[in-house]
Amino acid sequence: MTTLLDPTSERVPAERPRAERLSTLDGQTVGLLDIAKMRGDLFLDRLETRLTEQGARVIRYKKPTFTKPAPVDLRHEIAEQCDAVVEALAD
Amino acid sequence: MPVLQAIAKKLPLTVYTQDDPEFPSGVEAVDDTDLSTSWHHEIEAVPTLLRVEAGREVERALGWHRGEWQALTGVEDLGPGLPELRPGCGSLSVDPVRGPELAIRFGKSKLRSRRVEVAALEDEMQACFDRGWSDGLPVVPPTEARVLAMLEGTTRPPDEIVATIPPDLVPCSVEKVAINAVMAGCRPSYLPVVLAAVEAACTDRFNIHGLLATTMSAGPVLIVNGPIRKKIGMNSGKNVLGQGNRANSTIGRALQLVIRNVGGGRPGEVDRATLGNPGKVGFCFAEDEEGSPWTPLSADFGFDEGTNTVTLFPGEGPRTIFDQLSREPESLARSIAASLRTMYSPKTALAFDAIVIISPEHSRIFREAGWSKDDLRAKLHELTLIPGEEIVRGALGIAEGLPESVRDHSIPKFRPDGLHIVHAGGGAGLFSAIIAGWANGEMGSQTVSWEIKP
Repeated sequence: MTTLLDPTSERVPAERPRAERLSTLDGQTVGLLDIAKMRGDLFLDRLETRLTEQGARVIRYKKPTFTKPAPVDLRHEIAEQCDAVVEALAD
Repeated sequence: MPVLQAIAKKLPLTVYTQDDPEFPSGVEAVDDTDLSTSWHHEIEAVPTLLRVEAGREVERALGWHRGEWQALTGVEDLGPGLPELRPGCGSLSVDPVRGPELAIRFGKSKLRSRRVEVAALEDEMQACFDRGWSDGLPVVPPTEARVLAMLEGTTRPPDEIVATIPPDLVPCSVEKVAINAVMAGCRPSYLPVVLAAVEAACTDRFNIHGLLATTMSAGPVLIVNGPIRKKIGMNSGKNVLGQGNRANSTIGRALQLVIRNVGGGRPGEVDRATLGNPGKVGFCFAEDEEGSPWTPLSADFGFDEGTNTVTLFPGEGPRTIFDQLSREPESLARSIAASLRTMYSPKTALAFDAIVIISPEHSRIFREAGWSKDDLRAKLHELTLIPGEEIVRGALGIAEGLPESVRDHSIPKFRPDGLHIVHAGGGAGLFSAIIAGWANGEMGSQTVSWEIKP
């Protein structure tokens, strides 16, 4: 028998319960996160119209650059302010 | 009378032997061929004489020194026929080949990684593939002995954190880097270069996260400067960008395995490359400083000559520039610039940096004309200024391009600090090469030069 050393991060995925699904959009706050790729805003504009029609309040966010993960502060801000979030990639 | 017999006559004496239990003659020797007693007593040389009182060591003498042995035992006239002093030999328990194996056997390993047991009937090479640890080529199975030997290549402790590795943003220890360096096929002497490369890659400036995730073809390109190139036997000459040199082939691969295994960055998952390039297995080479008419690449980043550095550039595969007839620097610069201008597309500008690799037969032309590196760089910038009318959308019958608003301007193909010049290659052949960059600048990736420390 050979014993090898694990080259990976050995991360055991922590069980994170999903946020409760929204039963209605009416009166809910939905964040729309633009990842800063071209034309993502067009897609989100359309989503905003559709969501607003259904009574949701929409807050728009944007990553500084699509090449890097969203800054932790931005993620926290969304989590604090929104009931749901849509992250959009259009290319 | 032989020394040991003389001592045994006066004092209770236990003799341990590391190799031949029949030796020395005249005294009973305890067989320590498995080196357990030697290892636990941290014996560094043979002979070693220990004085033990009430079960505890109170004094030891390394090698043979008559005065010391006499003082330690209280026995007079030891070994009258022997010279006064003999330093002895290294103990087998500290032999570089056997030491790591003993450290594992006696449970003194400092390594913290999870142990993965491979069954006797399981092929260990196949086991590494099965667990998803490989980039597609065989890896060296990372046994504890190999990892301990790898760690001899650095002065840094195994549990020191080197960097936080994207995309999973996992803190990565020296030990994890060493494991992946073993798998890549590195020798221990390469480890400091790999550690520096991991640190540089994970800076916000270099942004390996974005480079990994992009749909473009680029990956990390590593260029090594300083005396360490020679010390670890890197290639900066013939076939410098090709196969055949262990250091060149494995250092870049080790970085990529760290990103894959520790960071969780795998092709088809966070790595979204449309095409990729063969250099993503690992792309590392050394600059030919000795044959260069210019200061090394590291000096362009503010390092003193003679500093060991690794420079990381987000780049794709090299593309050769063919020019066999230019004998004047102006002509050769035009040749290089014309190739640079088409990099990625004749209709792109300012988005991508480039490395220009000048080979010895081409650099000779600049050397003889007295052109400095800055002279060449300035000329290349000048020659890659593109008239707006040629680069706007629709020009040349190509929809790609810049907005119509630039029509009346000249547009530089490269950012002011976007051209890097490196000297490398074999002594024969009038070729140079371009390595095209990726989304260079603050919003993407910036070239990072990092000092290699022991």
